[in-house]
Parts: sequence; C-alpha cells; structure tokens
Amino acid sequence: MTVMLSHRYRAGEYRSFAAADARFIYVVGAGSIFQLDAAAAQVLDLLEDGAADHGDLVRALGDRGMPAADAYELVRELRFAGVILSDQAAYAPAPAPDHPPADFPLQALVLNITNQCNLACTYCYEFGADKIATPQGKKKYMSIDTARESVDLLIAQSAGRKGVHITFFGGETLMNFPLLKDVVAYATDRARQAGKTVGFSLTTNATLLTPAIIQFLSDNEIGVTVSMDGPPDLQDRHRVYKSGKGSYAVVEPRLRALIAGHRTRAITARVTLTDGVTDVLRIYRHLKDDLGFHEVGFAPVTSGDARSYSLAAGEMDGVLAQFHLLADEWLEHAIAGRSHGFSNVSETISELIQGVHKSHPCGAGLGLLGVSPSGDLSPCHRFTDADTHTMGHVSSGIDRDRQRDFLARGHVDAKYECQSCWARPLCAGGCHHEAFVRYGDTGHANLHYCDWIREWTDRCLRIYGELAVKNPAFLERFAQRKALS
Amino acid sequence: MKHLRPLNKKAARIDEAASLLEEDVVALQQQPRPHVPMGCSLAFSPGWEVDAGGGTAGLCQPVERDIYDCYVTCFWPVQVPDHVNYSPDWASNCAVATKDWRNLDLVFP
Repeated sequence: MTVMLSHRYRAGEYRSFAAADARFIYVVGAGSIFQLDAAAAQVLDLLEDGAADHGDLVRALGDRGMPAADAYELVRELRFAGVILSDQAAYAPAPAPDHPPADFPLQALVLNITNQCNLACTYCYEFGADKIATPQGKKKYMSIDTARESVDLLIAQSAGRKGVHITFFGGETLMNFPLLKDVVAYATDRARQAGKTVGFSLTTNATLLTPAIIQFLSDNEIGVTVSMDGPPDLQDRHRVYKSGKGSYAVVEPRLRALIAGHRTRAITARVTLTDGVTDVLRIYRHLKDDLGFHEVGFAPVTSGDARSYSLAAGEMDGVLAQFHLLADEWLEHAIAGRSHGFSNVSETISELIQGVHKSHPCGAGLGLLGVSPSGDLSPCHRFTDADTHTMGHVSSGIDRDRQRDFLARGHVDAKYECQSCWARPLCAGGCHHEAFVRYGDTGHANLHYCDWIREWTDRCLRIYGELAVKNPAFLERFAQRKALS
Repeated sequence: MKHLRPLNKKAARIDEAASLLEEDVVALQQQPRPHVPMGCSLAFSPGWEVDAGGGTAGLCQPVERDIYDCYVTCFWPVQVPDHVNYSPDWASNCAVATKDWRNLDLVFP
C-alpha cells in the first residue's frame, strides 16, 4: 500500500518587515535576510491565518494566475529557505552542545593593566554601588612579568588564528603607560615569531594624554575608545575627580590633540547614559561635530536596583526616540553613500550583513578573556578582580571547569525566555555581566531590555531593507570595510 | 532562487545551497544505468517485498532470490558480502536459496 505524503505548511519563524515599498523577511533559524517578490509575499499572507495544505496553496496561487509548476517551485523554494515549514518533516532543533568546545582558540585578551583611576565616576561598575570586584589585597598595577605571561598565554591558546588582539583596560590605562609600551613591543615580537599578527586598542578617560603618548598610539596603530559623556554640563555630572571636580576642562584639549594627531585608527567615544544624561542628540552633535570623534556609541548604565544614577523608567523611551532620529540620519547618509558615526546602527548592520547567529551574547569566556592586574583570568574585563568569576590564572592557564560552567549557563539555548524571541540570533540574552548585576546569574536573560532590543533590531532591519533597495553598493562596501578600530 | 532575493551573507549561502540542489546528481538517474536487481530497495517497487495479503507466501518469486541477485549482479556491493573481492565463496554452501539459506554465514570484513 502506498501512502502519498500530504504536506501541510505553516509559517516558519521569521520577522517580516517592509521598507522602500518592498517586503523582506529575517529568518530566525538562519539569520538570513531575503527580499520577497509578490508571489512569495502572497504565500506568507495566505499562511498568516494558520496552516494550509500544499494543494490549497497551489490552487490559491493558480487563482492568482500562477501555473501549477511554478507554484510547486515557489513552495519548494520557501520550504528550502526555512520560510515555511511542513508538518511532515521533523524539525529537530539543532542539538545544543552539552558543553562548549573546550579547545575554542583565544582571539583577544583584555588586560586590566591597573585597577586604579584618577577619576571617580559615580556610576562606575568597577567601583560604584553595583561593583562585583573584590580587589582587596590584590595588586593595583599589573607587573611586566604578568603582562608578558598574558601575551604568552594568548599566543599559546590561539592555535589556528592568524590575528590576535590585545585591549588595554583599567582603571585608567594611561596610569600604567610604561607597561602598555612594553606589552606592545613584546606582543608584536612574540606574534611575529608565531607567524601571527597582533592588534591593539585601549580605553581611556583621556585625562592623561600627552603629545608623546598620542604619537605612540598613532605610530603603533592602537585603536582608542574614549569614555566620555558629552558637553561640559553632562560630562561633569558623573565623570568627576575624587574631589568632585568635573573632568571636561581637562579632557577637551587633550582630545582635540588626540583626534588631530592620531590618524591611523578610528577614535571612538563611548557614552554612558544615566539619570539626567539622556540628551542623545546634543551629546552626539558635540562629540561628533564639535570634537571630531569618528564614531559615537551609547549604552545605558548597568545597574542593579534603582540607583541615584539609573535611568528613570520614562527616560529610556526618550533615549530611544532620539536613537531613532540619529538612525534616520544614518540612513540618509548611507543612501547618499556617506558613513555616519552612530555606532549603535553601524554595529547592528555589520552583524546583519554577516547573518550572525550567536550561541552566546559575546565572546566573553570563549574567544576573549579578561586579565586582572594580579594575573587572574575572568570571562571579560567587567568581571576583573571578582573572586566569584575567576577563570584561572595566566601562570596556570584557563580553568576549564569554570569556563565550561560559565559558557553552559550563558548559551542562548539555556535561556528559556529567548526561545520564542525573533531577535535571539543577535542578542542571545544580552550581557553576562549585566545579567549578573541585575539577576545574580550570568546565564539569566536580560529581560529588562528585551523590548528595546527588539525595537532597535527591527529598526536596523528596516534600514537594511531600505539600503538594499536604494543603495546596495553601500552595503557591499560596508561588508568589505575593514573595521578601523 | 527565483522568488527570494538573498540580501546578506547567510542568505547568499542558502541561495548557493539551493542552486547546488538544482544541479544535484541523483543516483541511478544517469545513462547507461547500472544493473539494479528487480525488487531492489533502492529502486522502490511496491509488491515485491510483501504480497497482496501482506505476507511473503504469494510473491511471484521467492524472497531468497535476492541473495544471489544482490550478491552476484548488483553494482553496489554493500548490502551483502562482495563476491568480487572479499567473499567469493560466501554462497558456495547454498545451492538452493530457499532450502540452504541457513548455510550462509556472517562475514567480518
């Protein structure tokens, strides 16, 4: 007896969006983006109210003038791309690894070369009310030996990678500039011996920049990210010296010298949005147009319970409204073939071009580790010096058990709430550190910003769609662009 | 793909896989075809494995005949021992398959 399969189709998991009079879908399972033609859009509309039989679909398409052979092909194509699903096929979800690959090669280290800082920003996650670091009795400045051991670990653990990266972090990195210079020379040498290339970047508050330092950063093509909150009134609100004095007046001339003198890498500003520091447009204009930063990125402050500096409930909506205005500008620029410095769009667009599908929200504990001044390893710089999250030591290597535990918790498949979210390929539950501060578990989904993430991802998808229609060459250039920082 | 225009790298890879599928070579479809024994499970032909009543008694040929057809004539020496290279004597104790099939032994390559 022969049983003919009768397929019944339903819509797959995708995010449908429209831009520039065209229709698109973002297919969640793959992270792929397709533009739909009218016929494909018709099928999705037909399936909107629920499942339909293969025969009914073909007939419905026939009623609209499509020959049966073409309709078969269309259905097959949609099924192949995972846009529609058949009830006759078993869609076993890809099995989640019980543990991440233990031999995943390192790509980057964040060296916390000092945990000391000449500023006392009130919201700092390293020293503020939400700090998880336990620096008591530990080294305040990294020693040359520890730094070199870190470099050796990076080279030894990066099998198969052509390029590795070292980020200097603090504290204030420039308070340990002699060490930084030594590491650059040592790592360049070691990488050459190992047949690899090594890149560098640092994060600084810019208060200690000198002409000699700027020259060194430029000569060695070191990417610079400056933590800065905007014009004087906003910068001086939280970014203050221990005396309470604001830092803008000290930072401004040094920044101008940096941006004028450092021509080999993009200079990026990283703004922390806090209570009262939500004037995104004014901050952007000041940092981009007045000071001349190449890129400006914004992130809301990390905080546990409501702190005096936390964004108030309504403030985030205002922030997002301004993000949308900057996104409009970004799109206008892109359609005209020009780049725009609003990183929050650029970053997401880069990920959409690749079609990333993340198992983990970021590389922390996977290809990236943080190193504390005393040489303790941690998942990333945000966990530096936190005894709860030590992941080995540069002298003894990576603690594989703790790494496994961290990565197993942080895997997107371990986050129940994420399973029904279409934005999970890009978000994967959000920052491990933020989750720990907020929920006490690095593996907890950051539920407090799900709506923002979805809104923002949707916005970037529509930008993507519009560009794909109006200036596809820009997207191609963007894909090829070697990240400058 | 005709109806979906790939817009990112992941979509391009799916598109590429789809076009490979179009050009896919399907086994046994090229000419000249290799010898495929009648009733071979590769060339699905209903009515061979079971008779109209669901048993094997009423088949037009005994089920045991595939021992020789697979063993000697099939182009794809996998399902049964390979008489050309490794097991030339496998069926030597089995003159009449319906009676002597118990003499066929396991083969350990």
